[in-house]
Amino acid sequence: MVVVDGVAKRFRQGATAALETCSLEVRARELLCILGPSGSGKTTLLRIIDGLLRPDSGRVLIGGTEVTAPRPDVAMVFQHFGLLPWKTVYDNVAYGLRVQGRPEPEVRRVVPRYIEAVGLTGFEASYPYQLSGGMQQRVGLARALAVDPAVLLMDEPFGSLDAQTRELMQEELLRIWRSHPKTLVFVTHSIDEAIVLGDRIALMTHRPGRIREIVDVDIARPRDPEAVRLSPRYLELRSYVWQRLRSEVGARGAP
Amino acid sequence: MNALAARQTRRARPTGAPASAFPARMVRLVSLGAGVVAWEVYGRAVHSPIFTYPSAVAAAGVDLVRTGELPSYLGSSLVVFSLGLLLAVAVGIPLGVLMGRRAMVEHAIDPWVNVFYAMPMVALIPVLVMWLGFQTKAKVIIVFLFCVFPVLINTYQGVRSTDARLLEVARSFCSPEGRLWRDVVLPSAAPFIVAGVRLALGRGLVGMVVSEFYTTITGLGYMIVQYANTFRTDRLFVPIVVLMIMGVGLTGLLRSLERRIAPWHVPGQE
Repeated sequence: MVVVDGVAKRFRQGATAALETCSLEVRARELLCILGPSGSGKTTLLRIIDGLLRPDSGRVLIGGTEVTAPRPDVAMVFQHFGLLPWKTVYDNVAYGLRVQGRPEPEVRRVVPRYIEAVGLTGFEASYPYQLSGGMQQRVGLARALAVDPAVLLMDEPFGSLDAQTRELMQEELLRIWRSHPKTLVFVTHSIDEAIVLGDRIALMTHRPGRIREIVDVDIARPRDPEAVRLSPRYLELRSYVWQRLRSEVGARGAP
Repeated sequence: MNALAARQTRRARPTGAPASAFPARMVRLVSLGAGVVAWEVYGRAVHSPIFTYPSAVAAAGVDLVRTGELPSYLGSSLVVFSLGLLLAVAVGIPLGVLMGRRAMVEHAIDPWVNVFYAMPMVALIPVLVMWLGFQTKAKVIIVFLFCVFPVLINTYQGVRSTDARLLEVARSFCSPEGRLWRDVVLPSAAPFIVAGVRLALGRGLVGMVVSEFYTTITGLGYMIVQYANTFRTDRLFVPIVVLMIMGVGLTGLLRSLERRIAPWHVPGQE
C-alpha cells in the first residue's frame, strides 16, 4: 500500500542526514508504528510520506503512484493538533472536505458521523480553546477521518497529552480504527504505545535515520490495552524492543 | 519594515497595583471636568478677543449647527475621509496579503512602502493639489495615501506571523491558495489588520484636515483656516472639537472591535 523506497533527506549541506536509504513497506489496512529515539527522523519520514517534504533521493509510492505533493487520499493527524482556532469543532472537522471541494450536502452528511465517532457530539459549536487537549486531538482525528483517506498518518498524536488521557485516546483509536479500517502509520517514541497499537513496529536507528528492524506484534485483536499491558507477551516484546533501542541510544550517547 | 503590529497591545492595568479608593472612571471624568472648568475660568478672566472658553465654543457650535454650516462642512469632510479610508482598506489588505504570501511581490513593493511610509506625507500635499486639483478627488487621494501604509504594513506583518504549522495543515489537506487566504491567513491576520485600520484612522484625519487647509473650498479644515484668518476663535474651536470627538470615537470603536475579533486569543492558551 505504502512503499518507502531508499528515501534520503538532508536539511543542510554538510549536516548529518536526517534520513538515509530508508526503506519500508506498509501493508493495506495494517497499523504500523514507527518507533525511534528522538532525532531519528520519524517525523521527517512521515512528512515525506504525506508529500509535505520532497526527499533528496529515493521515492514514496502510495497505491502504486509516486508521491510528489500532498494528496487528498492521504490525511495527517498532527502532534500539535493543528486546529484552526477561529473555526468551531464542526467547521474544523468539515475543513478537509471543504478545501477538497466536496458538495455541502455531503459535508452535512459526513461531518456529524465523524464527530459522533470520536465522541464529541454536543460540542459542534465549541471552539478549540474551549476544549481539553484530548478533545482537541479527537477533533484532529475526526478531521482526518472525514476525508475518508486510504492512508492515515499520525505524528505522535498523543505526545502532548497527559498519561491518563493518552491511554484513553489509545483505546479510542483502536475502537475507531476497528470500525473505520485504514492503512495507518503511527509515529511514536513510546514503546508501550507502539506495542498496544501496532500490528508491526518499525524500529528506526539514530540519525541518520533508517529502518533497523521490523517487529511483529503477535497479540490478538481486538485488543484491550489494559489486558495487553498485563500479558507476558507484552513484557517480552517490551524488553526486546527496549534492548534494541537502548543500543541505538547508547551508541551515540544520551539522546 | 516597521512592525506597527507591536503597537496593537491592549491597554493593561499595572499588575499588582492596589485597588484605588477612587474608581478609575470617576478619576478620569473629574480630571476632564477640571480641565474644562479651568479653561472656562481662565478664558473669561483673560477677556481677549483672540482667546475663548468652552461655553463660548458651545454657543458658537449651536450657531453653526443652526445655520447648517457645520453639518454641510462636516458632511463633505466625512465623504472625503470615508472614501479615502475605504480605498486604503480595499487596496491595503489584498496587497498586504500578496506581499506576505509572494516573495516577488514583497520585494517589488517593500522599497516603495519604506520610502513612502518614512516620508512625512504632508510634504506631498502641495504637489498633489497642484496635479489633482481642489475637488473631492484630490482630497480622497491624499487621505488614501495617509491611510494605506499602516493598513498595508500591518496586514503584511499579520500574514507573515501566521502559524507555519497551520499553513502546513492546509497544505496537507491540499488547500488551494484562495481557500488558504480565507481559512487561515486572513483570520490569523485579522487582529493585526484591525490594529492597522485603527492607526490609519488617526493618520487619515490628519490627511483630511491638512488637505482641506490647502484646497480651502470646503470641509472642517477649511472652517479652521477661515475662522483663524478672521479671528473668530470661538467658531474656530468648533471644528477642532468635532475632530477630537471623531478621533476618539473612531479609535474607541476599532479598539472594541480589536478585542472582539479574536475570542480565541485566551491568555494561557496557545
